Formats: sequence, structure tokens, C-alpha cells
Amino acid sequence: MVDFGGWELPQQYTSIRDEHFAVRRSAGLFDISHMGRFKLHGDGSFDFLQGLLTNDLSRIGPGRAQYNLMCNERGGILDDLVAYWGDDGFIVVVNASNRERDLEWMRGHAPAGVDVEDRTFEQSLLAFQGPEAESLIPATGLKGLPYFGFRPGKVAGTSALVSRTGYTGEDGFEIFVTADRVVQVWDAILAHAAKQGALPAGLGARDATRLEAALRLYGNDMDEGVNPYEAGLGWTVRLDKGNFVGRDALASVKSEGPKRTLVGLKTAAGDIARHGAAVFKGGRRIGTVTSGTHSFFLGHPIALAMVEVASLRVGETAAVDVRGRQAAAETVQLPFYRGSARSAAATPAKS
Amino acid sequence: MAGRLYTKSHEWLVVDGKTVTVGITDFAQSQLGDVVFLELPNAGRKLDAGESFGVVESVKAASDLYSPATGRVTAVNDKLAGKPELINSDPYGDGWILRLEMAGELPNDLMDESAYKKLTETGA
Repeated sequence: MVDFGGWELPQQYTSIRDEHFAVRRSAGLFDISHMGRFKLHGDGSFDFLQGLLTNDLSRIGPGRAQYNLMCNERGGILDDLVAYWGDDGFIVVVNASNRERDLEWMRGHAPAGVDVEDRTFEQSLLAFQGPEAESLIPATGLKGLPYFGFRPGKVAGTSALVSRTGYTGEDGFEIFVTADRVVQVWDAILAHAAKQGALPAGLGARDATRLEAALRLYGNDMDEGVNPYEAGLGWTVRLDKGNFVGRDALASVKSEGPKRTLVGLKTAAGDIARHGAAVFKGGRRIGTVTSGTHSFFLGHPIALAMVEVASLRVGETAAVDVRGRQAAAETVQLPFYRGSARSAAATPAKS
Repeated sequence: MAGRLYTKSHEWLVVDGKTVTVGITDFAQSQLGDVVFLELPNAGRKLDAGESFGVVESVKAASDLYSPATGRVTAVNDKLAGKPELINSDPYGDGWILRLEMAGELPNDLMDESAYKKLTETGA
């Protein structure tokens, strides 16, 4: 078990390798109840979120979710989150490590009549992810659910809110269910899917699969000192939607161009570049590794690094600090791996 | 052959005459998670007790390996290069790491199984 934002989570249930392969080839079941879940109340919720988040919620509608960033006035990323437009209001799912700060920030910006309720402790959240997730989930009412769509359904006979979202690069579902029913739902999904190779999956597999899919991890790949353009998330910033917190700062970054950018690196077996490792080109330091791991699925280590803009193009070689020496690293196209999520993407995530 | 002995840094050793076989403990491998690579010395290298002789890379972190005794490396488990997961699946058997020809005596801070078990249970 490891401490993750104050939550005790398993690094693995059996083996990171086996769990990682299960997610890529069949399905893996993650308990992601550590993530913060807020429910917004009040008629002004839409305008409030439009003024607080970078993406444009008017591009979706009820029953759809949207990947979003929340920035400070300087354009630094406070958190990345998913906003769900429900029939009875918005739900916002945030990172566990930022839950309390986000709550304070949101409540501090909420106008009279908009209430932000923390539902993290009443509601659990599971993620069932993999190319076989749709065929293996014991659920009804999900037929035709588009990527980044969500709706009420029944999972293993239990009422749940099911969204076709995830953090692995694979097709799959995130399942909101009341905390008192989550153990039954967890057991029922595994009982139904285990014969087809599905496994419970821990943080290790979650980190490896998200990194292969080049999905950013808050606290590693971005923080308040990083703006969305540097993080490669400029597509989530809709400067034309009207005013929002950080808009002016982000407009300047966009017009001047970001100074740094995230790139993908591939290294030889055993050369795992860890978070914080220095990146060099031609003997000059150009940046820092933000996330790195061994990819069992790809068969070599991979890393994301924040480097000076235009210092590394795909195919170029860099050097990266591994255990005190400089190891060769090849710059590769992101994502490192495209899973089944794109085939489920009736609506592209990057809309 | 004496029973297995343990270090505070979670190596195990089995002593047979002057030959010392070294690995990492089941507790260590379970804490590290899936091992993906080992950086190990060549045969012939002299090691002092407590000296770092290599690195084990798991998905989670890189951890140093420390020699539990003073001596010269006589053999390195070359199976680990292709199958580092042996450290996880069989830490006391096929996952052995290296053999030393011991010079002098064993350090006096090695633990037997019950003392080591106590160490891991108290989380020291």
C-alpha cells in the first residue's frame, strides 16, 4: 500500500506487469475513489464553471463530460479535471491531492446561489478499462454510450452513473456508485470478467497505462508553475469563449508562444529516467523528466520531459540522467501508445 | 550449511564455507514491486561489507544493493539479465543475485530469520 494524496492505495494487487497487460488486452478494474467528486447546485453553475475553467462547456451538453483545466490568474494549472453536465447539475472530478485546495478555490469563486458540495465520501468511483471493457461489464443501459458520454445505468444490478471515460488510453467506463454498494459492484464485475482475463489493477498499472497514453499527471507533469500550453494542453484552452480565470495571462502565453514543452523520451532497457532527472542535449541542460517508468507493454522505459521549446524534435537524441550517469534517450511521438479509446471516440476527446 | 541470514538493508545471504550467496528478501521484492532491471558488478570485483554493489530498478524506484559481507565476487546470476522478474517470483531461489568468496569474518550485525521478521513487522 502507498500513500496517495492521503489515501491508502495498492501499488499492485498481484503484479504490475500482469495488471498492465490485463488493461491493454482485456480489462482492468481500478478503485479510483480517492479522486475528489464535487456536485454543483444552483442555476448559475454553468456560468460559474465557464468563468473558472479553461475549456468551453457550451461545446457539450447534458449527458456529456469534458476534460478541463482550472488555472490561477497567472495561467498556472491548479488542477486538471473532468466536468460532467448532468440533468440535475454539474459533477466535477478532481485529483485527490488537490481536493481540498480545489474545494476552497471553487467555493471562494462561487457566486451567491451556487453551492459546491463535496461528495467524495458518500460516493465511490471505479474505473473498468480495456479493449474488452464494453463486452465484459455486467451492466445494462449503456448501449451506444459515446466516448465522454455518461448516463444512469445499472451495474451488477446496482444503480450507478456510468461514464465512458478513463485514464489508460483504453476504451472503458468510470462508475459512480454509492459507497455502501461499491464492494458488491467491484466483486460482481470481477466475478463476471475474470474468466476473460480481467484483473483488479493498482496504482502501478494506472501510472504505466496513463503514461503510455501520455495522459498528464498533476503534481508530476504539471503544477501551478506550468501553464496549459507548456503541458501540451492548449487544446483545452478556449480563449474565445469569454472571460475566465487566467484568460489574460494565457492569451499572452499563446501569442508569445510557450518557452517549454512536454516531449516523449524512450530509453534502453534498464535506463528508467525518473521524475526530476535532468535532460541534456549537446552537453547543455535543456529540461527535466516529469514522469518515467518501465513500460512492460512496449518493452522499454518511457518518460515525459519538460524541455525548452524546439530543443528536441521527434527522432532526435538527448541524454538523460539515470542513476548518476547520462543515458541516451530518443525523442518519440506522443502518445507512446494509442489504445482502444480512440476507436470508442465517437466524439474525440480533443474536441 | 547455515541458515539464511539477513541485513538491515534487506539482503539475504547463505554461507557455505567461504562461499556466500546473496539476494534480496521476499519483503524487499514485495516492497519494490515488479523488478525490471538489475545493474550488477562483474565477477572478480572486491566488495566490502556494506558497500553498494549494484542497483535494482523496479517500476517504482531504483534501490541500491549492499554487500552483506567482505569478499570477491565469484559469480553473478546471469539469468537475471533476461528475467529480472525472478527477483519477484523466487527471491530465495532462482532470483539469487551473486556469490562472494568471503574474506575474513561475517559482520556481527546480521540477523536470523526471527530477528529479520521482527524488523519487517515493526517497519524499521
